[in-house]
Amino acid sequence: MSTVKSLDDLKKIREEALKKQQLRETSGKTEVIVGMGTVGIAAGARETLKAIMDMIANEDLNDIIVRQTGNIGLDSYEPIVVVAVPGEDKVNYGKVNPEMARRIIKDHVIDGKIVSEYQIQG
Amino acid sequence: MRELALHILDIAENSISAGANKIKISIIENHRDDLLEIEIKDNGKGMDADTLANITDPFITSRTTRKVGLGIPFFKAAAETCDGTFNIHSKQGLGTKVQAVFKHSHIDRMPLGDISGTLQALIIGTPEVNWVFEYNVDEDSFVFDDEPIKETLDGVPLSEPAVMKFVREMIDEGIKGVRQKVLSE
Repeated sequence: MSTVKSLDDLKKIREEALKKQQLRETSGKTEVIVGMGTVGIAAGARETLKAIMDMIANEDLNDIIVRQTGNIGLDSYEPIVVVAVPGEDKVNYGKVNPEMARRIIKDHVIDGKIVSEYQIQG
Repeated sequence: MRELALHILDIAENSISAGANKIKISIIENHRDDLLEIEIKDNGKGMDADTLANITDPFITSRTTRKVGLGIPFFKAAAETCDGTFNIHSKQGLGTKVQAVFKHSHIDRMPLGDISGTLQALIIGTPEVNWVFEYNVDEDSFVFDDEPIKETLDGVPLSEPAVMKFVREMIDEGIKGVRQKVLSE
């Protein structure tokens, strides 16, 4: 590959990640899922997902799994973000822009407080 | 949609829904012939002849939650507005190939947009798929295949912060490298 980044760099990253993992207890991972159907994409879902990924990378947030999925079926609420904390009910957030996404990660995923004003009711 | 990168994301979502585990995205910018070509090829379940014949019709979708599918008709319209062409080839059990060609300099051609953001969303967000990306600008090319990355990671997830950063930088640098030569000419 013709980039500056090499797989050797990645090997080091892997070893570091494994070391850190051993230090942490295995409490399960929180899943953050962004709906990425046509409507979601048109409503800005990629920017929402990008904001979440950048926050995790830049602030070194561990034990979060980011996923994207197809159409969730709640078009008028797109972009939709679902937070699934192990052992708790899933929480659906609607019309999530990048700024809201960062707040959801900080308040809900890190501090464990649901951001009720962004929640899809019903 | 305001960027071709968003169309690519949308079409690739169709490939994921079709059960593909290998998806290749190619972008070719050819300034000499004034063409921009985008291709998304998957090994998903494919479509039968009837579905394929109707796929560019905005009132056809495989989804059951809503009755209209707009992704492919939108992409087709975007290409055809720019003196371009649009093609889909599909075989049941083998996969689907979507190809859109644009006149590069056409005034109505959407910008490519945030290709890197689209790729990161797909690679990080759907780790079970093998993603291959090829970007050609005239004589230069950047090829990205996430298979060696996953092999090297050997079980460490892609959503590990340092890994995400690595993937982001690798893609950003690759795209920048291919584009820089054009700018410096």
